[in-house]
Amino acid sequence: MPSILRRPWIWAWLAATATFAVTVALGSGRGAAGLAYAALSFGAFAAIVGVGQMLVISLGPGNVDLSIPATMTLSATLALKAMDGVPGTELLGLGVALLVGLGTGAANFALILLLRLPPIIATLAASLIYQSLAIWSNRGLRVKPPEALAEFATGRTLDIPNVALVGLLLSLAVWVALERGVWGRWLLAAGQNPRAARLAGVPVERVRATAYLTVSVFAAVAGFLLASFSGGAALNMGAEYLLMSIAVVIIGGTSIAGGFSNVPGIWGAAFFMFLVVSMLNTYGAGAGARSVLTGVIIIGIVIAASTKRNHA
Amino acid sequence: MSLFSRYRVLLPIASLTLLMAVTFYVQPRTLSYFGLNLLFNLAVPIALATIAQMLIIMVNDIDLGIGAFVSLTACVTATFLEQSPLMGTVMLVALIIAYALMGAMIHALALPAIVVTLGMSFVWGGLALFLLPSPGGASPTWLREIMTVKPPLIPMALVAACLIAGVTHWLIAHSGIGTVLRGIGGNAEAVRRAGWPLIRLKALAYGLAGLFGVLAGMTLVGLTTSADANIALRYTLLSIAGVILGGGEFIGGKVSPVGAVIGALTLALAASFLSFMRLSPDWQIGAQGAILIAVLAARLLFRRRDGARR
Repeated sequence: MPSILRRPWIWAWLAATATFAVTVALGSGRGAAGLAYAALSFGAFAAIVGVGQMLVISLGPGNVDLSIPATMTLSATLALKAMDGVPGTELLGLGVALLVGLGTGAANFALILLLRLPPIIATLAASLIYQSLAIWSNRGLRVKPPEALAEFATGRTLDIPNVALVGLLLSLAVWVALERGVWGRWLLAAGQNPRAARLAGVPVERVRATAYLTVSVFAAVAGFLLASFSGGAALNMGAEYLLMSIAVVIIGGTSIAGGFSNVPGIWGAAFFMFLVVSMLNTYGAGAGARSVLTGVIIIGIVIAASTKRNHA
Repeated sequence: MSLFSRYRVLLPIASLTLLMAVTFYVQPRTLSYFGLNLLFNLAVPIALATIAQMLIIMVNDIDLGIGAFVSLTACVTATFLEQSPLMGTVMLVALIIAYALMGAMIHALALPAIVVTLGMSFVWGGLALFLLPSPGGASPTWLREIMTVKPPLIPMALVAACLIAGVTHWLIAHSGIGTVLRGIGGNAEAVRRAGWPLIRLKALAYGLAGLFGVLAGMTLVGLTTSADANIALRYTLLSIAGVILGGGEFIGGKVSPVGAVIGALTLALAASFLSFMRLSPDWQIGAQGAILIAVLAARLLFRRRDGARR
């Protein structure tokens, strides 16, 4: 087998390309360029939370952040409320979003470290509290983002959506940190064998703390952008990103057992998840059929990727 | 405190008792047949879903699709089982077999269960949307009657919880096959070398989980009298929390059926308790999270002290 087929990210990209070709061939109504643009815009949100989730999943079995949707909603709600639609407050909003991300990340990790809760349960229980905070501060109001921010979130630079550029920048930063930085080596070492890593002098708890902080900050940024993109924060805006963040990590070729991560695959998987839905929409499939086929295709990709990996 | 680690079910009992005591103190009228029924009304389907999740966690996997699966079985119950019982039964049995096959596939192809169950959750959810695009359906009369039966002295929900705990405790902790199944969580390789066909055991564990998922969906419809495609989505997280509250662990086949049922009762009670507290609706979900954290923190406090002594 040529070496490129052994890259774990190739399957997500092949699947995305195939779905793209089929959708365009069926005539999606907006042409190849329009579809690619939409995939970049909507895929960016999935990719940002996916890259964060990937860092946590790389820490090994049991590590996953289930508070992503709640963090997204809380950061969007508080940031939009702080800005209150007033022009010139965009940086204040971003600052609030980042603080929310740091806060939820620190709270999650405090529960995991101090109370020794399994991360699944810790982030799940904490997310209920974040959700309440968001409900309490939102009060059903839909504050519009300042106009300049909304324009930025829905706009483009050099024909690439601005949200995709932000996503690419964040991914690039993570990719460099993982592939070139000592922190990345530490993270993967901690994921492969925490005990061995600790004995080798890796500050395992510090590495884990950074990973949990990063996923929360990324989720907060994604929530901030999504609310600006869609004209306001809604209490259920993050809901679909819980499953989405885990799905893109796995389809993207990151090992669920930890210790291996893969940034390019996340983007392939994020495009793929968006394109599958557009393809099924083009077919005129109903919500039920769309959901069933999405599930079957996800499992199909996981089976394909895992058998190829085992025989490679 | 070694008592707590030897009998891992003691701490869940203690936290449930404490929560009940506080509830009775805050609202003395709940200490009655009617009051208890109200408090634990929705505990039965949650307990059954928690048992389903426990069976999966027992073999070192995790099921992120159980909520969608329970929703689907609720939709089947409210449509087919109500209109043509035979067809409905066939469909529910087929769903149990599908769960067993999913377990066999996860084992045979060495797939991560978290992803396969996640993918299947889309499938279950989609099928449920086919059956009931908008909320509706009706509960079969006999099911409604079972769920609203009023046994003397103790409300139905608590009788059912005891029954579920008793049956599953016998199945998991006492029967021979239950011991082997727990062994898979402890050391799958050892079980295989002892001559057990792992793939069939995994299929059995998943099939049993499917059975309890079906029961959860049926009892839920018996209580709510109608269904919709999203009716039980929150059961995925509730069931995981219930297993852990009940003293179970994610790895090693260390689970307790009695504890899991008590964990589910605690979660159901926490929700009822908060509505008695006249807490602002904004904070109800958050307070549930806080209770969850507090109970788990107590559990880990005991364990750490234990570890330090040994």
